[in-house]
Amino acid sequence: MNKLDIAKSEPLWNTNKNITLIISVLLFILIALPFFGLNSFYLHLFIMIFMHAVMAQSWNVIAGLSGQISLGHGAFFGIGAYASSFFFVQYGISPWISIFIGMFFSAIVAVLIGIPMLRLSGHYFAIATLLIGISFQVVFQRWELVGAASGLWVPLTQEDSWNSLQFHSSKAPYYYIFLFFLVVTFFAVWLLNRSKIGFRLRAVRDDAQAASSLCISVSNYKIIAFVISAMIMAPMGSLFGQYILIIDPDRMFNIEISIIVLLITVLGGIGNIWGPLIGAAILIPISEYSRIYLGGTGGAVDLIFYGLILMVICIFRPEGLISFVPKNILERKKQR
Amino acid sequence: MTSEIILQAIVTGLMMGLIYALIAAGLSLIFGLMDIVNFAHGEHLMLSMFSSFWLWSLFGIDPIFSIPITILLMALCGIATHYFLIRYILKAKMLIQICATFGLSIFIRSIAQLLWTPDFRNVDKPLLEGRLEIASVFIGQPQLIASIVCLVAFIGLYLFVTRTETGLALQATAQDRQAAEILGVPSNKMFAIGWAIGLGCVAVAGGMMSNYFFIFTDVGINFALFAFVAVALGGFGSIIGCLYAGIIIGLVESLGGLLIDPSFKLLYVFAIYLLVVIYRPQGLFGRY
Repeated sequence: MNKLDIAKSEPLWNTNKNITLIISVLLFILIALPFFGLNSFYLHLFIMIFMHAVMAQSWNVIAGLSGQISLGHGAFFGIGAYASSFFFVQYGISPWISIFIGMFFSAIVAVLIGIPMLRLSGHYFAIATLLIGISFQVVFQRWELVGAASGLWVPLTQEDSWNSLQFHSSKAPYYYIFLFFLVVTFFAVWLLNRSKIGFRLRAVRDDAQAASSLCISVSNYKIIAFVISAMIMAPMGSLFGQYILIIDPDRMFNIEISIIVLLITVLGGIGNIWGPLIGAAILIPISEYSRIYLGGTGGAVDLIFYGLILMVICIFRPEGLISFVPKNILERKKQR
Repeated sequence: MTSEIILQAIVTGLMMGLIYALIAAGLSLIFGLMDIVNFAHGEHLMLSMFSSFWLWSLFGIDPIFSIPITILLMALCGIATHYFLIRYILKAKMLIQICATFGLSIFIRSIAQLLWTPDFRNVDKPLLEGRLEIASVFIGQPQLIASIVCLVAFIGLYLFVTRTETGLALQATAQDRQAAEILGVPSNKMFAIGWAIGLGCVAVAGGMMSNYFFIFTDVGINFALFAFVAVALGGFGSIIGCLYAGIIIGLVESLGGLLIDPSFKLLYVFAIYLLVVIYRPQGLFGRY
């Protein structure tokens, strides 16, 4: 029986009991946390962890699952943020709908970028995405329609409003929204991992020639991975825009976004669905606390840590921190 | 739009192009040798500019005379990079290699920002100043000297790689690491030499540019991007290709800025990169 048949024959929920237990406990704790009167700093910390875990998961899909290294993934974050805020600011469309508009736009951009870059692989692809990420920033800095360098300012509502996704009195609603997206995204990627598409993507990653000899269209699957990855990234941009309520090209297309998603994934464990969550849960607190105690981003202390951690991980643990977890906890039950 | 302005743009582009070519040659040498793209190349350029700035501001050595010191410092930096980082990731997956040098670039840039703040600096009253006027084309003297020095260094590099024994050993290692080792060429030493020379090229370019360019911690990013483009354009691993590619990029940058819109300079160069890697992935002058 091949792996695909095994995966198919399993019922959806038949995972390792340990994992199910860990997830349920974790989820319960996370849902209950705001009721224990966390102050807004801790809520912010958790919101950032959730957001970055999803962003890193998006990068994990393209890099871990399909093996392409994108160094300009911040572009999709920015497109999501701009698309949703633009329709909200200009036409008053509720952010709940414009999040999907943002996803739609970044999917289109992913296809448009993906088609010419089909033939690129390895270093060429990495450099091309680096260039594209910067090009987007350059274009949006000068595009008058979306406010050029000063960006878009989301009109403030007087009171908290679910309709326009603004909460001024407490961060708890943001917390639940980001948590919701975290759960949905991880579930979707988990399904993707076990689906046919997931198996084919891994086949393309491991050996493109062998995959194409089995009638898997390498280029199509690369585009599919790119689009899925972009569609995971875009809502985070939209939500982050709603969270800080100002969308400017320097923040939304910052190269730091592309760096941090890469760093989180590599730290946690590339190609593993739990890698991004572990990476984010470790890295974001380091970053936020180093900002508090060692000065703001002007001093760039957190970036020093990022660079150092990235190099150390690459030298000593290329598989990421997830490799410290004993295998029998993570793996599904063996089937005969 | 007179012909003089266009001529001016061409001259400016040529001079910038020679500098890009030397920076790209360093990158190309390292890539050709060990299949690793140095994503910290721009940061090494920044370091060499700061090195010549500090030699000027602390010891009063003019950037032209401090070039040998800068080359020495950067060569040591290259060997250190190889010793502490690269030799561990030689056999790793490409993804890990990219992440490692990317991490190095973030590390160097943010350390520099912490130590020296993101302020813009420049060398005040260097020996090379002023400009020449030849046939109604204005040429900045420091720019002219910089591009000539870069060209000379480039020729020197080319002769070194193709004519000397060490250069041939470098080529042999680039072609087949194991075969070269059987013939008694220690590849680890060759890699260290490759890094030293590659960053030495950057040191020449950075040292000469510190005469007239602003020196700040993010200065390297654009140059590194152009160097990536030049290396892809010239063919990965081809050194002479870098010269042509660098000149093409310099011309496209300055002519595109003049004829279309200067604020999108970067995009023209990136467009060339995309066109080349899509339609001619081996580069314009690549062998493979």
